Amino acid sequence: MQLTGAQIVCECLLREGVDVMFGLPGGAIMPFYQTLPEYPALKHILVRHEQNAGHAADGYARASGKVGVCVATSGPGATNLVTPLANAMMDSIPVIALTGQVPRAAIGRDAFQETDTTGITMPVTKHNYLAMHAADLPRIFKEAFHIARTGRPGPVLIDLPRDVLEEIAEFDYPAEVSLRGYKPTPEGSGRMIKRAANLIEDSCRPIILAGHGVLISGASRELQELAEKAQIPVITTLLGISSFSSDHMLSMGMPGMHGQAHNNWAINKADLIIGIGMRFDDRVTGKISTFAPGAKVIHIDIDPAEVGKNVRVTVPIVGDARRVLRALSKEVAVTTRPDWLGEIDELKARHPGMPTSDAGKILPQQVIRDLHRATTGKAIVVTGVGQHQMFAAQHYGFTEPNTWITSGGLGTMGFEVPAAMGAAVARPDMTVWSIAGDGGFQMTLSELATIVEQRLPIKFAILNNNSLGMVRQLQDLFYGGARVATAYSGNPDFVKLAEAYGIWAIRVSDPAQVRDSIDRANAVDGPALLDFEIAPEENVYPHLPAGGTASEMIEGPVAPVGTSKKEAPAWLS
Amino acid sequence: MVELAALYHTITAVVEDKPGVLARVASMLSRRGFNITNLSVGHSETPSLSRMTFVVEGDEWVVEQVTKQLYKLIDVVRVSDISDDAIVVREMALIKVKSTPETRPGIMQIVDIFRADIVDVATDALIIEVTGDEGKVDALIQLLKPFTIKETMRTGRVAMARGGTATGAKKTSSETTDHNAPDTEVVP
Repeated sequence: MQLTGAQIVCECLLREGVDVMFGLPGGAIMPFYQTLPEYPALKHILVRHEQNAGHAADGYARASGKVGVCVATSGPGATNLVTPLANAMMDSIPVIALTGQVPRAAIGRDAFQETDTTGITMPVTKHNYLAMHAADLPRIFKEAFHIARTGRPGPVLIDLPRDVLEEIAEFDYPAEVSLRGYKPTPEGSGRMIKRAANLIEDSCRPIILAGHGVLISGASRELQELAEKAQIPVITTLLGISSFSSDHMLSMGMPGMHGQAHNNWAINKADLIIGIGMRFDDRVTGKISTFAPGAKVIHIDIDPAEVGKNVRVTVPIVGDARRVLRALSKEVAVTTRPDWLGEIDELKARHPGMPTSDAGKILPQQVIRDLHRATTGKAIVVTGVGQHQMFAAQHYGFTEPNTWITSGGLGTMGFEVPAAMGAAVARPDMTVWSIAGDGGFQMTLSELATIVEQRLPIKFAILNNNSLGMVRQLQDLFYGGARVATAYSGNPDFVKLAEAYGIWAIRVSDPAQVRDSIDRANAVDGPALLDFEIAPEENVYPHLPAGGTASEMIEGPVAPVGTSKKEAPAWLS
Repeated sequence: MVELAALYHTITAVVEDKPGVLARVASMLSRRGFNITNLSVGHSETPSLSRMTFVVEGDEWVVEQVTKQLYKLIDVVRVSDISDDAIVVREMALIKVKSTPETRPGIMQIVDIFRADIVDVATDALIIEVTGDEGKVDALIQLLKPFTIKETMRTGRVAMARGGTATGAKKTSSETTDHNAPDTEVVP
């Protein structure tokens, strides 16, 4: 079948099961856009900025488990994709980015809107392609989707010169991928799994650190089975949240910088750490040389380069979390660990966690907890980066896999708006709550227009402290309170702003109105926005200083934790 | 560098012979902060594959990370640390030395001793071609210095396993699960 390059691209997308993509056109990518009317099964969502197309594809991928697709033109269109590609790379998200490129003859001549897209994106993609012949497109697309979704998933970019999109070539979609340099190994070594099982049986104080890999491989049930069978407490990393139900008896919460204090102490006491689909990131470990000093480590990950990268590993298992956990559960005997679980209960009691100041104003923690109640923990929660993200991670109480979407590794402010858009497109059956800070929200709020156009019923909760709260917190805790460039003294009226887009919105400043306002937003047929005026000085606790150890953890604003006589507020129950 | 200390490792990689592969490898090495003292690349015996030789500075952890990160590149097919193998190591250098009718015999004598060749002669200079391990090339350069070296161009080391086996064959290969399942306790 003879087709143009642009038609071939569309045929490839259909064959890979793509039904929606996020993008913004421009000169070089126009042959592709002008072909789209021939392919009504490929829905295109026109965004306001290419960065948001990338984050939307990312959010779509996380919420659907499918590959997200974003499209941009050459030059500035492509460079605007760099942030979302880096974000998807760090968090192992399968995204395909299509970018226009100047015609082949113009490449390298600094043509209008030319940029070295494959060169720029090389370190922030799992792989990328510059398609130089239309006849190569089927192979390239087949490989690109395969690379994006298998092994440790990640973003793949395909750069499409305009005249390649116009070139006529034979279309024949390959059935198989043949990449001699890329062969992920999902089966873990049986020998290593046996050794891991022995270590688990020999250990007295084991802890599981469950990461994003558990969600990516759909291993929540297998994780629960292993944890229950061997009675191992489960800590979920920031991106591992929702992989293990937070109301489970063995659920511990989050580790590291803003994790519950008892977790960092428990890791300190552990004699065995089982890392599953996580990478012992510095925000998890703190000072690496004092991390889990008495523990042997079993590390299960699909990416061999992660095993042994940051911590010394006793038993490395390279494989897919689900398959490895299934095999490991079979090898492990039913155990009870009353002593260890008792010790952990004691730690929990001694470090009651996450105290708050009471300012008589709305506390962000309250908003998150009321959100949990109002949604019965069943919404998809999307956040940006900063204090609001940590409050959500600590307080929402996730019980369903893949209901938590956040920018983890790269820490991209503004992620909350476009990623929520992607999630809402992927899961029209779910309520999507975008929890935002006033800082990040203003980075990407241009997509409110797209959200209205697409009739996406996203609910926004802005935890508004008129500042870049997390940086302000760092200034207060570690820079003697020198507040530099963190106050937003001229924020817009977010209610009026939302209304300008045609979005229902109210401002909430009375703590007694929090729950009611959430219920009202949920009742709105369409998008809604709540602007919460929160206690502006509220900090995220605990706070483990970067590169610190458990003993350096700042557990709260008040006198030594556990000695405070302060009554817990009612909403904290 | 007369003798390579244990801190230096020779790694060979078989890579797809495609545009941009060298850039991918170089970009990864530099952004992850690996110290490569030497890199050479050229066609291999298989038309669609190239072979790269690296000299990496660092301990076991560095070598393991370099190996694994190289493997993560889609265009890298096989990586082997051949430092501890029986290998032949060579590099070639072209050295342009200032010469006069008076100094020429002295230079030629040194060139003979090193079994090097004079590949270009002009009234005021000679170009010498030498092949050998780094130590030999270093030593020749040292001896030629008094004559004034105008230019030096070195290829970097290439290495090949001795005997009938293919270079790196007894090590990891992407065809096996070996590198994907590092099942030793050496993982630092």
